[in-house]
Amino acid sequence: MNVKFINPFLEGTSEVLTTMAFIEPRPGKPFLKRDNVAKGDVSGIIGFTGSAKGSLALSFSESCIVRIVSSMLGEEMKGLNSDVKDAVGEITNMVSGVARKKLEAEGLNILAAIPTVVSGKNHSIVHVLGGPSIIIPFETDSGPFFVDVCLNEVI
Amino acid sequence: MDKSMKILIVDDFATMRKVVRNLLKQVGYENIVEAEDGALALRALKSQKIDFIISDWNMPNMNGLELLKAVRADGDLGKTPFLMVTAEALQENVIAAVKAGVSNYIVKPFTAEVLNDKIRKIVEKL
Repeated sequence: MNVKFINPFLEGTSEVLTTMAFIEPRPGKPFLKRDNVAKGDVSGIIGFTGSAKGSLALSFSESCIVRIVSSMLGEEMKGLNSDVKDAVGEITNMVSGVARKKLEAEGLNILAAIPTVVSGKNHSIVHVLGGPSIIIPFETDSGPFFVDVCLNEVI
Repeated sequence: MDKSMKILIVDDFATMRKVVRNLLKQVGYENIVEAEDGALALRALKSQKIDFIISDWNMPNMNGLELLKAVRADGDLGKTPFLMVTAEALQENVIAAVKAGVSNYIVKPFTAEVLNDKIRKIVEKL
């Protein structure tokens, strides 16, 4: 995967969470992931087609996403309820939108599918291209989450 | 600004409706009703007086653009202010919405202040 794909997703994630949830996540050092096991307790996954093909997954620890959604909705969430899972899909959709807008500047016209949400300890994230993927770890005061991207330019 | 105007939020994602409702409350709007898609929104618009519509673009049954066209084609509802919400500002979508008579559009993510500013500018032009 080309490293030019990393920053739009990193910036997109920060932009969405800062704007919608008033939380400023702290990015860590990206690393390569070769298996399908999710790093978090709930993940939103969205596929891409067009001038680049692949997928994005946002995988949140339970404590982190509960805090994010509580802040977004202005009401306290308890555990991974339907509101929280619904919000994971919407956050994934928004990060995808911001990142794809930024990738337009690189000359890439990327289309997105509808996000799906998966939850449970050690659930699988199956990327469209099979992997490996790049993980950008983020830390918040309420726990970690992970941006998991596997994207290749279509030649 | 008339903060008592009745605003209809149209979005198939329940959480996004709550997010928009929460943002509207932050800037003083409390008179809010919701609909899950364009078809239900149209039914709500015909059964009660709605002053302002905030609608998502992508929805099942009747999407935001179809709802906009239906509203503009209706003699009674035709002039209702319509703010379109979208996850991406694709130029072809913006052009289609402008041609159909959208009042303005807003790209997710957005703050309460940006939302308030969009509403204020639309209402000032009425």
